Amino acid sequence: MSREGVLLICILLSSALPGIIIFGLREESTRLRTGLNLLGASLKLTLVVAMDIGIAQGRVFEVRLLLMPGVEIFLNGDPLSALFATLSSVLWFLTTLYAVGYLEESPNRSHFFGYFSLCVTVTIGIALAGNLITFLLFYEMLTLTTYPLIIHRGTEKALLAGRNYLVYTLAGGGLFLFGVVWLQSIAGALDFSSTGLPVDLLGKYHTELVLIFALLIIGVGVKAAIVPLHGWLPQAMVAPAPVSALLHAVAVVKAGAFGITRIVLDVFGIENVLRLQLLPSLTIAASLTIIYGSVRALQQDDLKRRLAFSTVSQISYIALGVGLADQSLALIGGLVHIVHQGLMKITLFFCAGNLAETLGIHRISQMNGVARRMPLTMAAFTVGALGMIGIPPTVGFVSKWYLGLGGLASGNWWVLAVLVVSTLLNAGYFLPIVTAAWFGKQAGPWPQDRKFGSLETNWMLLLPPLVTAFIIMAVGAVANARFSPLAWVRFIVREYGI
Amino acid sequence: MLIFDADAWIICPIVFPLAASIFFFLSRRTGPVAAPVAALATGVSIIILLRQLLLFGPRHYYIGGWQAPLGITLRFDGPAVLMLAMTGLTGIGITLYARGYFSFRIAAPKRVGRHERQERFFWPLWMMLWAAMNGLFLSSDIFNLYVTMELVSIAAVALAALSGKPASQIAAIRYLLVSFLGSLSYLLGVVFLYKTYGILDLDMLQDIAGAAPGTRVALALITIGLLLKTALFPMHFWLPPAHANALAPVSAILSGLVVKGSFYLLFRFWFEVFSGAISIGALNMLGILGAGAILWGALQAMRQQRLKLLVAYSTVSQLGYLFIAFPLASLEGNMKVWGAVIFMAMAHACAKSAMFMAAGTIYLHIGHDRINELVGIRAYLPVTALAYAIAGVNLMGLPPSGGFIAKWLLLSASFNSMQWWWGVVVMVGSLLASVYVYRVVCQLFIIPEGYTIKKQYPRSHLLEWPAFTLALISLLLGLFAPYPLHILTIGSSNVATIIPGGPP
Amino acid sequence: MMSTNLLYSLTGLVLFALGLYALIVCSHLLRKILASNIMSSGVFLMLVSTAYRAGNGKIDPVPHAMVLTGIVVSVSATALALVLACRVQETSNVTLVREEYQHDTSGA
Repeated sequence: MSREGVLLICILLSSALPGIIIFGLREESTRLRTGLNLLGASLKLTLVVAMDIGIAQGRVFEVRLLLMPGVEIFLNGDPLSALFATLSSVLWFLTTLYAVGYLEESPNRSHFFGYFSLCVTVTIGIALAGNLITFLLFYEMLTLTTYPLIIHRGTEKALLAGRNYLVYTLAGGGLFLFGVVWLQSIAGALDFSSTGLPVDLLGKYHTELVLIFALLIIGVGVKAAIVPLHGWLPQAMVAPAPVSALLHAVAVVKAGAFGITRIVLDVFGIENVLRLQLLPSLTIAASLTIIYGSVRALQQDDLKRRLAFSTVSQISYIALGVGLADQSLALIGGLVHIVHQGLMKITLFFCAGNLAETLGIHRISQMNGVARRMPLTMAAFTVGALGMIGIPPTVGFVSKWYLGLGGLASGNWWVLAVLVVSTLLNAGYFLPIVTAAWFGKQAGPWPQDRKFGSLETNWMLLLPPLVTAFIIMAVGAVANARFSPLAWVRFIVREYGI
Repeated sequence: MLIFDADAWIICPIVFPLAASIFFFLSRRTGPVAAPVAALATGVSIIILLRQLLLFGPRHYYIGGWQAPLGITLRFDGPAVLMLAMTGLTGIGITLYARGYFSFRIAAPKRVGRHERQERFFWPLWMMLWAAMNGLFLSSDIFNLYVTMELVSIAAVALAALSGKPASQIAAIRYLLVSFLGSLSYLLGVVFLYKTYGILDLDMLQDIAGAAPGTRVALALITIGLLLKTALFPMHFWLPPAHANALAPVSAILSGLVVKGSFYLLFRFWFEVFSGAISIGALNMLGILGAGAILWGALQAMRQQRLKLLVAYSTVSQLGYLFIAFPLASLEGNMKVWGAVIFMAMAHACAKSAMFMAAGTIYLHIGHDRINELVGIRAYLPVTALAYAIAGVNLMGLPPSGGFIAKWLLLSASFNSMQWWWGVVVMVGSLLASVYVYRVVCQLFIIPEGYTIKKQYPRSHLLEWPAFTLALISLLLGLFAPYPLHILTIGSSNVATIIPGGPP
Repeated sequence: MMSTNLLYSLTGLVLFALGLYALIVCSHLLRKILASNIMSSGVFLMLVSTAYRAGNGKIDPVPHAMVLTGIVVSVSATALALVLACRVQETSNVTLVREEYQHDTSGA
């Protein structure tokens, strides 16, 4: 095995091993557990950055393991996987810190952090998957590792949410498996590549390929929460805040969106998808989801539910960008939103968690004047919200700008209309929160008020949202710099030769 | 090396447990102490056999130097050794668990004498069953197979009746009658074969058996007999009560191992010995029954109120997958389907016995196994709850479990042979499985608010860890798929050609 | 013309069928056990009739060995069945096997 291959394995092990060890730890050994967590997180971050540099230099990162005759587990670090892996490892580091603070006194932490680490391991596995079967393996394991996190509280409500999550994801996973096996029986075990399927298959298996595409997209669409497959996501909000943050920004939803990207770009190939005329349906589904999610978000009073519906809407920007993949600008907008949405959404969830943990605030109607009590948290929240709306210089603006340009370039005026409507709706459901928090009058005492010395809340809860808020601004401001996500995405898109 | 040449290792997996059985029967106090040793010795002999297979390839051994057609021939090849390994692995796990199980029961203040008596009968019977199972996998003679099968059945029935409860005894006698009927049907088939060919040896039969009417009748009788013993839907009626009402280690043995024995024979008969006499219609028939088993078993499992019955019905369902392989094996390259069958059998053996062990542990601790009242088990039996969940993952066929590999191979074979509808059945079965697995796991893992542990139990590692280890093996089996698939190709005449690229 | 050999075989087959019928129809345990014994006798009769080799007048010894073994097996299975039947009658005073006894809801 090459040095690069070993690096890939180490990236996976850097969170898997701590996870397994943590399962065996006793509940009281907090220090050891936290140490292991942070060690794993920083190790993973370092290794992933090393991989990024290697990829930028043109080195090849590959590992192949035989799973069955004719079926290989293939890990491959290409630029697209580097994008997702980097995002996951950066945000995992911050989320770990946050989770340590958040769960300080709650029971069953060994369980929680064990699954937490495994969850990130499989997410990185999804990022590094180099063929469809490897993707499938990790994708199904993601269901298994996130389920215990969702039901972590063990309440009736959590279990109900967990059940719905399983119903959706297992059914979707079943369709996905079906599609993968079918495709494999037609095309053999294909590695991801920028050209996609061999062209001669298209004429021979036209109908089959369309069906397979539908199966695969539905399979990943469940996790990407494309309407009408989104039902599980708002319910999954009962999970602890760090889990929600992870689910929405890094792991589950993002894995679904990443899957859509992979299927269109690397399994079928843009050219083939255009020939089969599959993209319009994807674009339409994405547009509907964007509008639907925003409208539903408007109606929610529960803060986390509103954020959840906002995720439903925002994640489909990625699908929209991929749906317009023949336009490089739109594709850039969609891909870069993988990173941008993650940053913004995790900030918002961190802040929502802070409000709940410090002041017991769960509903928006309770938030009047909260910024005076927790100015830093609400500042971060405001940055995230403005980003979601798409106000420069935040990252959200960059995504929307490219998507809009791509829509125009492809001659689809309605894409622009979708973006405008969605932006207005975003403003409609975020601005009231922000104004109420900063300028509203506090109605009564907070539901529960915990003091943390001179800080507004525990420093481990405060630091992560501030860092991500800073990144949102910074990355948006220097979007054209050499190592910004945007530049990296341009580097990715160049490979597809559009 | 006149007395004990290298080939003679083949009799060790039979002789060790058989000797142990007789010894434990004569000196009943030694059972609990010496059983793990005997299990380990058997395991070691299987490992040696495996090594010999890898080094020298498949072998025959003529007991007492008498060659076929007069003597009794033993043979080992890839599939046989894999089944031996499956039995050995699960058997060691069950042996350790049974130690914990009986000492836990004996430690409980009530009815000590009865529990001790049960344990003293358990060990000889279990070792007898193990020896007979190994004999079944190694025999190369259709009459000898009948004898081993009967031995398996008798030991299994006696074990099933061991708990002494009326329900288990009625279930056991029904089990005995069904399996007696199955054996007789099989024996009648043997008579027809002997009448037609005058041969009992499997290899010789394989060379000359064609599609003559006598062969067809014999195959039909043999098949019916074996199907009864394997409990394929709709002949499964005897299985759930017999498996669910037995003692936990016995349930694990019956569900994990015993049904696999007759299935293994069936598969080899159809695709090796009589591959010339089978017809597509008959294969599809078995496939349809398998599909019926998958769906019916899963639906029944979903509506059970008792944990052990649920697990027993899930066995009915999982056995169905093995029969889906029949119509696929006819058209598709056999390797995939053989691989699927072997993987399904191995993964299911580990997972199902782990599940029954977990159910038994839960039963021992809380005194019942009503599913709706299992809330909060995780709080004091975390390892057991996790073992059950992991075994469940295997039944659902999610990666990286062995069940996933089996289902992948089945799906892939069904697409490649243009019979995608079998693939649909496999998928639907997995989804139904996740429903009934989930029903229990969700109960085990709820910890209601304000829940306190009512009672402190003595911790028994032997009750918890064997189940967990077996469950973990079934989960990780998928990652080591190339090795069993490679072993499978050694010396099995129909599989040998197919693996591209050779060993890993 | 019906040869002796064939006569034996057919008798065996008839016995097997009779036993099978009784095994399925009768619900009394003892009758079921007896029925299975009749079935096995039928099979043994057929088996032993294969020992006859027309033409050379020699007798094939293998079926005899098989029948002997089979009888031993059958005796032990019958013994086990009888013991179990006695037990069932002692503990639950039931001599019939019917569906309602199978699903004991109280637990193992």
